[in-house]
Amino acid sequence: MTELDRIRNFSIVAHIDHGKSTLADRLIQLTGTVAERDMKAQMLDAMDIERERGITIKANSVRIEYPAKDGNTYILNLIDTPGHVDFAYEVSRSMRAVEGSLLVVDASQGVEAQTLANVYQAIDADHEIVPVLNKIDLPAAEPDRVKEQIEDVIGIDAQDAIPISAKSGMGIPDVLEAIVHRLPAPKGDRDAPLKAMLVDSWYDAYLGVVVLIRVMDGVIRKNDTIRMVKTKATYKLDKLAVLKPQMVDIGELGPGEIGVFTASIKQVRDTRVGDTITHERQQCAAALPGFKPAQPVVFCGLFPVDSAEFDALRDAIEKLALNDASFSYEMETSAALGFGFRCGFLGLLHLEVVRDRLEREYDIDLITTAPSVVYHLHMRDGETRELHNPADMPDLTLVDHIEEPRIKATIMVPDEYLGEVLKLCQDRRGLQLDLTYAGSRAMVVYDLPLNEVVFDFYDRLKSVTKGYASFDYQITGYREDYLVKMQVLVNDEPVDALSLMVHRDRAEMRGRAMCEKLKELIPRHMFKIPIQAAIGGRVIARETIAALRKDVTAKCYGGDVTRKKKLLEKQKAGKKKMRQFGKVEIPQQAFINALKMDG
Amino acid sequence: MEDRRHDWRNGGFGLYIHWPFCAAKCPYCDFNSHVVSQIDESRWLRAYLSEIDRLGAETQGRILNTVFFGGGTPSLMSPDLVDAILTRVRATWPMANDPEITLEANPTSVEAGRFRGYRDAGVNRLSMGAQALNDEDLRRLGRLHSVAEARAAFDIARTAFSRVSFDLIYARQHQTLDQWRRELTEALSMAVDHLSLYQLTIEDGTAFGARAATGGLLGLPQDDLSADMYAVTQELTEAAGMPGYEISNHAAPGSESRHNLVYWRYGDYAGIGPGAHGRLTLNGRRLATDTPRAPGAWLSQVEETGNGEAPRHEIALEEQADEYLMMCIRLAEGLDMDRYASLSGKSLSSDAITGLEQIGMVRRDGSRLIATAEGRMVLNAVIRELMGA
Ligand SMILES: Nc1nc2c(ncn2[C@@H]2O[C@H](COP(=O)(O)OP(=O)(O)OP(=O)(O)O)[C@@H](O)[C@H]2O)c(=O)[nH]1
Ligand SMILES: C[S@@+](CC[C@H](N)C(=O)[O-])C[C@H]1O[C@@H](n2cnc3c(N)ncnc32)[C@H](O)[C@@H]1O
Ligand code: SF4
Ligand SMILES: [Mg+2]
Repeated sequence: MTELDRIRNFSIVAHIDHGKSTLADRLIQLTGTVAERDMKAQMLDAMDIERERGITIKANSVRIEYPAKDGNTYILNLIDTPGHVDFAYEVSRSMRAVEGSLLVVDASQGVEAQTLANVYQAIDADHEIVPVLNKIDLPAAEPDRVKEQIEDVIGIDAQDAIPISAKSGMGIPDVLEAIVHRLPAPKGDRDAPLKAMLVDSWYDAYLGVVVLIRVMDGVIRKNDTIRMVKTKATYKLDKLAVLKPQMVDIGELGPGEIGVFTASIKQVRDTRVGDTITHERQQCAAALPGFKPAQPVVFCGLFPVDSAEFDALRDAIEKLALNDASFSYEMETSAALGFGFRCGFLGLLHLEVVRDRLEREYDIDLITTAPSVVYHLHMRDGETRELHNPADMPDLTLVDHIEEPRIKATIMVPDEYLGEVLKLCQDRRGLQLDLTYAGSRAMVVYDLPLNEVVFDFYDRLKSVTKGYASFDYQITGYREDYLVKMQVLVNDEPVDALSLMVHRDRAEMRGRAMCEKLKELIPRHMFKIPIQAAIGGRVIARETIAALRKDVTAKCYGGDVTRKKKLLEKQKAGKKKMRQFGKVEIPQQAFINALKMDG
Repeated sequence: MEDRRHDWRNGGFGLYIHWPFCAAKCPYCDFNSHVVSQIDESRWLRAYLSEIDRLGAETQGRILNTVFFGGGTPSLMSPDLVDAILTRVRATWPMANDPEITLEANPTSVEAGRFRGYRDAGVNRLSMGAQALNDEDLRRLGRLHSVAEARAAFDIARTAFSRVSFDLIYARQHQTLDQWRRELTEALSMAVDHLSLYQLTIEDGTAFGARAATGGLLGLPQDDLSADMYAVTQELTEAAGMPGYEISNHAAPGSESRHNLVYWRYGDYAGIGPGAHGRLTLNGRRLATDTPRAPGAWLSQVEETGNGEAPRHEIALEEQADEYLMMCIRLAEGLDMDRYASLSGKSLSSDAITGLEQIGMVRRDGSRLIATAEGRMVLNAVIRELMGA
């Protein structure tokens, strides 16, 4: 048990890639939490996919002991958070567990969209914020200008912002001192009944479900029997530990402390993030407010390329879901693709991460169908339905009107690209809400339909601004619009996995773009293949894939038969990545790539 | 249905001898050919003779129908070397009454000077690599001879051999349909009774391959033009009485390359020399033979172990069926579906055949399956369909 005034809890927040995880490394290293020989870059990013993509996906916490200049040793609990907007939920719930935030800003980039989003969340959570200017080792770093920008754009005092290089370690001692002196100690009553917040939970192959908690009041001890207020489940603790970042057993955790326990919990789904944990015997009076669960906003179908792999896919999805409660799935059947799953994700990056893991960790080739948002269908009979899959769109005569989710998007961009950004937002049916400048950077706020953003908006934004724009969004609500279902016919047969919901005014353009893309993506066959986009029975765009005219090996003599056979084997393997529709073979990647628009 | 598995007998029996050296490497060529400064012909002769002896012992009594000296550039061999090899061949196998003995030649003046010597050694058919009938294109193709030299060599060849063929490579960089039409017409006016007309293929591991990979090698015809060129080729050769009997080979009826027909009809052939492949039926098992590609490696293996081959492997029946299909469907006569079925143990998919018939890619003639003119242009796709790939 540690005295409250010797504890500091904080999250590290920043725009993507501004150096949160690298700063966490230095804090861990300088305090000797991890032996020098065990250090590695971004050591908290433990998942393969995090290491490969160089990004943080899951928030991670570490307990550090810091002997400060005042002669006292402090316990610091840091939570490194992800920067990408899809995982904003991880940031917001992490913040509920701590009292302060280190706001990292890359001094060579300045304030970006997620910098803003994170600051607002930190302010919402009543955090003390310590701004940190990172990467000052870079020649392009402009710490003074960025300080000014923080004050202008965010409106917080940045005079005491700490210049550092998380890479070289410069300025890290100042950060440690600031944590101790500028962030508040937690509050709490040791003698009150136990009240702890369930911050996160994950599945560990050896330990089962591990639960991360922050104790507010009271004391939790090994072997206690606890009760989860929302789920009403009771468990006897098996293990109580702190993360350094490996688990180190501890006898008890008191107010202000952060740690983990295990208790023979089977599934991550049996725990509710934000739930209140108390003792079975002596329960706390009022539960914590809890958090809204993360809602999947993007849905798509995942089908095995080889339909014989359906069972393997189901096993893989169930296993992944054990550890990722923000991802939902249900079985789906498609006329074109057979059996698969309709899955819901927090965003497109989340979708990609899950798909990558399924393909690599479980070795299943997948067809991913067009991502869709959740529409609200208001039926003539007064009923309201959710539509997750355009293929399930009921007969139009039964539908009174359709609503789609809208977002508030914040884009920060150097002013020379502003025109491109405004054009992109207008093209995507956006309504401008705000436009302000901070130096030569513009901040644009748009109300946009999520369905125009979900798929390739971010890629397009990056490409029209040469990577200089940043983007953040929140869902704001639902609004009615003139939405229709567009079908795609390949060789005169509808391919349900390619149908999507579009705004009527954009349908011709989307239809043309899709037909053109499919024409590039589907290889020539021995016969010509018409490709059509249609609304209802009406064709709105068409293309034709010309018949293959020439594909023959010129020379084939005695030794060549072996070579030719190898080539055929290769083609056979390539064909495994295709799916047969009637007489036409469609490559696995076509389903998703057909949606990419060049404009 | 009678058992047609053993039809390799009807395919005849041929001997392929690979000579792996060239005066210079052509930028498009991925044959097993090498440029060296010195060749010890006597060492090579001993190795060839030793291999002939070894294979002869295994195939004793088989009647040899054809011999083919291929390369590389066999016209760099001295006539004495060719003579010594053929003498041993004749002493080893009983020869068919009218054996076909072909040698590949490059048409430079030096080589033309040896043509009569080859004839005296027993070669009775010459296959000449003319490649193009205009000097600029010959230079682009990295050839060491001019059109004039090729014509001169060709004239010598015609007096020395009753059967002469030459090769052209078309669908070259910047070549138009009309240019090819004129060039082919000219070639047909020179031709004796056989022509090999290959569309330029960009092969990995060649100089052209590397240039194409980095975006060089501009002006190659795309699908449609190359298809038109192929169609014109079929049309003109047919009109000249030398129809295509195989994808890239044209002959007056009866003048087809019998050696190459052994390959396409999936008969038996022995392969000698670096990188030479063979298909041999021994004791009722069909074997694939193969040798090291590097000339030095092959030579020393023969010298040290008395056997130039890599370990042989038996070709399973279904694999034989696939090989038969891939080779024989290249011929204008088509393949024998009964033979295919006895090899593979099952018939070709009738759905696949019907589908291909409906789109005009194949036709049936009794038990034969024949690729149509359209089908031949996309034969790889036809084969994939038939093999269910
Ligand atoms: N030059 C320089 N590079 C840095 C510094 N700090 C971090 N980086 C680099 O910036 C990149 C991103 O660093 P991370 O620590 O992964 O950033 P992050 O904020 O955790 O990123 P996300 O978790 O994906 O949001 C890496 O390539 C780091 O090596 C610094 O002080 N100087
Ligand atoms: C073994 S090679 C040539 C023999 C001889 N050395 C010569 O060059 O004349 C046989 C024939 O294949 C053809 N050939 C070689 N490489 C080719 C390619 N990449 N594309 C098309 N034809 C090719 C040429 O016409 C060549 O004459
Ligand atoms: S084309 Fe003929 S001469 Fe040229 S490298 Fe190939 S084998 Fe040798
Ligand atoms: Mg990170």
